[in-house]
Amino acid sequence: MSALTGTGILYRLALRRDRIALPVWVYVGTGMVASTVFSFRKLYDTEESRRTFAAGIDGNGSLRALYGPIFDGSTIGGLTAWRMGVFGAVLAGLMSTLLVVRHTRAEEEDGRLELIGAGAVGRRAPLTAALATAATACLALALLVAAALLAAGQAAAGSLAFGLALGATGLLFAALAAVTAQLAETGRAANGLAGAAIGVAFVLRAIGDSSAGARWVSWLSPIGWAEQVRPFAADRWWVLALPLGAAALLTALGYALVERRDLGAGLLPQRPGPAVAAPGLRSAAALARRLQRGPLLGWTLAFAAAGAVFGGVAKGVVDLIGDNRQMADLMARLGGTQGVLDSYLASIATIFGMISAVYAVQSVLRLRAEEAAGRAEPVLATAVSRLGWAAGHLVFPLLGSALMLAVAGTAAGLTEGAAVGGGVGHAVGDMLAAALVQLPAVWLTAAVALAVLGLLPRWSAAGWAGFAVFVLIAWLGPILQLSQWVLDLSPFSHLPHLPGGEATAAPLLWITALTALTALAGLAGLRRRDLG
Amino acid sequence: MTTAISVSGLVKTFGRTRALDGLDLEVERGEVHGFLGPNGSGKSTTIRVLLGLLRADSGTAALLGGDPWRDAVELHRRIAYVPGDVTLWRNLSGGEAIDLLGRLRGGLDHGRRAALLERFELDPTKKGRAYSKGNRQKVALVAAFAGDAELLILDEPTSGLDPLMEEVFRECVAEARDRGATVLLSSHILSEVEALCDRVSIIRAGRTVETGTLADLRHLTRTSVDAELAGTPPRPAYAHDLTIAGNRLRCQVDSEQLGKLLAELTAVGVRSLTSRPPTLEELFLRHYASDAEDTEAAAAR
Repeated sequence: MSALTGTGILYRLALRRDRIALPVWVYVGTGMVASTVFSFRKLYDTEESRRTFAAGIDGNGSLRALYGPIFDGSTIGGLTAWRMGVFGAVLAGLMSTLLVVRHTRAEEEDGRLELIGAGAVGRRAPLTAALATAATACLALALLVAAALLAAGQAAAGSLAFGLALGATGLLFAALAAVTAQLAETGRAANGLAGAAIGVAFVLRAIGDSSAGARWVSWLSPIGWAEQVRPFAADRWWVLALPLGAAALLTALGYALVERRDLGAGLLPQRPGPAVAAPGLRSAAALARRLQRGPLLGWTLAFAAAGAVFGGVAKGVVDLIGDNRQMADLMARLGGTQGVLDSYLASIATIFGMISAVYAVQSVLRLRAEEAAGRAEPVLATAVSRLGWAAGHLVFPLLGSALMLAVAGTAAGLTEGAAVGGGVGHAVGDMLAAALVQLPAVWLTAAVALAVLGLLPRWSAAGWAGFAVFVLIAWLGPILQLSQWVLDLSPFSHLPHLPGGEATAAPLLWITALTALTALAGLAGLRRRDLG
Repeated sequence: MTTAISVSGLVKTFGRTRALDGLDLEVERGEVHGFLGPNGSGKSTTIRVLLGLLRADSGTAALLGGDPWRDAVELHRRIAYVPGDVTLWRNLSGGEAIDLLGRLRGGLDHGRRAALLERFELDPTKKGRAYSKGNRQKVALVAAFAGDAELLILDEPTSGLDPLMEEVFRECVAEARDRGATVLLSSHILSEVEALCDRVSIIRAGRTVETGTLADLRHLTRTSVDAELAGTPPRPAYAHDLTIAGNRLRCQVDSEQLGKLLAELTAVGVRSLTSRPPTLEELFLRHYASDAEDTEAAAAR
């Protein structure tokens, strides 16, 4: 039996298990690139307007740190490669990491790989199948992105170079995940290690791209390599050899590690836990805090960083938009009609609101996850009421989302105030209000998920449907110029546009009232229904 | 009040499946009651109704004098539950899970907790995800036995334990009974039930088919007889599975016919005689074998 026996079966199994997730990743990535091309075509329809825009960005260090440099801003393709290069590479990296870990370490952790390993399956087969799955996704992403650019009338060579740059970066991070999956003992830790590597790669190229004296630093980062392919500018194909070569080396390392360890074991030591519970761990609420505090901390830190970045680039964005009518219009539709700076700030507050709704829905659905995994049952077989159990978790969507928004608003106010000038204290106050005013809509989104969980437990994944409807309408509605009654279906459309807009309490109050009713319906359902 | 659990005519359906179909169950205080049935017969569903996790469609259930649905929280202070398939929180250690479950119920005895960890040879510092099935089961068992619950509800608690640990489990159940606790032990391992239980209820397809002490149940069933006789053995019509080889007779008879058979045998002259009460296994097989025959008969029709 060779080390690869069974790879084909495992590969088909992985594709079958990912028949929804994998296409979603690829379509989302392609869709983001396609919508960017589409909006650039609309916003900058003359070469002159594109050159002005590109020159503005090149003069702005904070924007280069976020998106990278523009190598050729005269074409739509060049602008798209700038705007989506770094983010597309990060997306491809995340996609590959999650796919590889899901089919290797996470399977091993759950004991399913043991079942498979006992069959006629070679030692290297699971890792090979996982890498093949990720490679399939990367190739599909590369080709579809190239096709989308071609369809938008962009140069063939540049389109292909851009697609392949993203795909090759994805492949590299897939190989990296193949290594972290051998090091860590849990899927979560393996994802964490690979995710941290993506973060480091992002920051390294941010440093290189924003500082004229240290351009070489970008070459230390795989995401920097993706930029340096320079699609639509130079189409430097040879740069693709860097991520592909690194992927080959990392894959070889992953195989070597597979051969050297036992099934189930990691190479990093596993820390034991305490033999006795801390005195505070004595209620369902304390258990919920213990389970939910990690994700909340991660989200809050990410919101702090994102707030600081988006606040910091405020000045650059305003300068850029300044004389572009369409862009200002779009911003106004999303953020309100009160001057470019304020409408930019209001639009990022809206985006923070929508993203914190992801957290809110996720932390509500934790209840269902606990129930479905059978972990709620022993807790509810003790002197804990269903509502008490639920309340312990629901504190997080309620107050955790408030904390995240407050942190993001404060951070954005600090950096924006410092960059634009005119009083940091004032800016912080404005941005804090702008972020917190999102809360009623975030809560309503979470309450919809709670109602689904309480009334239709088997359809809990539909808790995301409320989120999807609300956010898609509020986000894409203004861009697609949907009619007002459609926009009115989303609570996010009713929030006051702060800073700058008129702060009216009425919509906040009725959205909150609706939230309370929806949540009560969910809780009533949860109290009455069968559990398990 | 001497009844710990009293269930009658319990019905629970899930969509088209009728999981419980008029189930009855009486458990006296202070007894260890075996709750026997094959997989899918409704044992866990009954237990979930008793824990107030599921709401029955019809029928009545009373637990320690209360209503399992309405008084769930109050009742649960007096109950310890061990599920058949224990899942633990990945990032909590076994020790933390034991303490948490114990405290949620109202506290546990620290001396007994330490002794149980030792007896079950359980390392409490491992994280939940690192435990094997048997060790996860031990975590739940230690949490249950370290408390002072009046009623222990154990749903196939030994399915992941090795024979040595099963012995420890049996000791723990006996100790709990000596403390005055009532135990409902759901199982399909007959030797376990035979060794531990005062009374047994056997269920099949959501219905109780037999209930009583082991002696009662055996009384209703056949005894195996193996006799070496002085002359030609008789061929009684009421004997089942009769085999005769020379002067040797082997058969099974219903308990009420045992006296008659012995009289006939003595008339011929008995050289040696062994008779054995039916094991629970035979008892059990009889119920499920007849079930299979019913199905076959139904299929034949």
